[in-house]
Amino acid sequence: MQIKVLRNILEANQRISDQLRAMFKENKILVINLMSSPGAGKTTLLEKTLVQLKEEFNMAVIEGDIQTSNDAMRIAATGAQVLQINTQGGCHLDASMIQEAVSQMELDSSDILFVENVGNLVCPAEFSVGEDHKVTILSVVEGDDKPEKYPLIFAESSVMLLNKTDLLPYVDFDVDKASGFARSLNKDITIFPVSARTDDGLDDWHEWLRREVDRKKQD
Amino acid sequence: MHEMSIAQSLIRIIEQEMVRNRVDRLVRVKISYGRISAIVPEALQTAFQALTHNTHLEGAVLETSEIPLRAKCRSCFREFSGGDDLFVMTCSHCGAEFGHEIISGKEMFVEELEVE
Repeated sequence: MQIKVLRNILEANQRISDQLRAMFKENKILVINLMSSPGAGKTTLLEKTLVQLKEEFNMAVIEGDIQTSNDAMRIAATGAQVLQINTQGGCHLDASMIQEAVSQMELDSSDILFVENVGNLVCPAEFSVGEDHKVTILSVVEGDDKPEKYPLIFAESSVMLLNKTDLLPYVDFDVDKASGFARSLNKDITIFPVSARTDDGLDDWHEWLRREVDRKKQD
Repeated sequence: MHEMSIAQSLIRIIEQEMVRNRVDRLVRVKISYGRISAIVPEALQTAFQALTHNTHLEGAVLETSEIPLRAKCRSCFREFSGGDDLFVMTCSHCGAEFGHEIISGKEMFVEELEVE
């Protein structure tokens, strides 16, 4: 006997993600799912953003790592509220982990919640966590073919941050080529070349965040 | 690696459908996944075998099929299919290379169960 099913395999994750999205909408919190490979600079970028926008916004961070709370300690040093999730081997954060984390946080007065996902360009792309935007960091030392090799994450992202641009003179990374690949399957992707180390380009990224916070407040 | 999570979600759906239809032996499950979804079918097979071992689902065949990538051109707004090379996605109608919108190729569905 055949049973026709036609159900989304990730429907359970999607359901929780939808609930989270409704809750974040009601509380007018902009939620950013920040993804990249390990070492691309997610934590460094967040540290800079949290410090430089400190006077303007109340920001909180959920830190996803396989193990250790090293990153959470770096984030806590900026004064932002932070909660660490250790996935114990898991390669991505899913919506139920975020639901659990959020229940332990005080987000009523938050303007922005950053979810720093596990460093990985593959798995996190499949699991939405109630975010408004996926933002993917690609560092120039990783090579300009990464959007070609990992299409889903770049197709799903609203923003691609090309980080470590201070190293461009030392590596063979073609900014136009990487941008072109990312745009081929994602007509709306916004691309910001930045160096979290030297602050170069961070103003444009922060301006984008301000606009999105405004939009969320008016939503 | 996330194929384990996907296999767990798949098995939850299979269990629900089998209870709803009052059957207890699964012969085959057919799923389809998009060309650019981050699924490695072999890894999913391994995860499915591991999770069904010593359960009433043991021995069921997992059949996977790929859904091709289809996009809508940002220039002429017509739809076209992706070729082998995903990243020079040239519109077959007007030749535009960048900025297409994905219509299908990201999904992941349980299609049907064959049960006894």
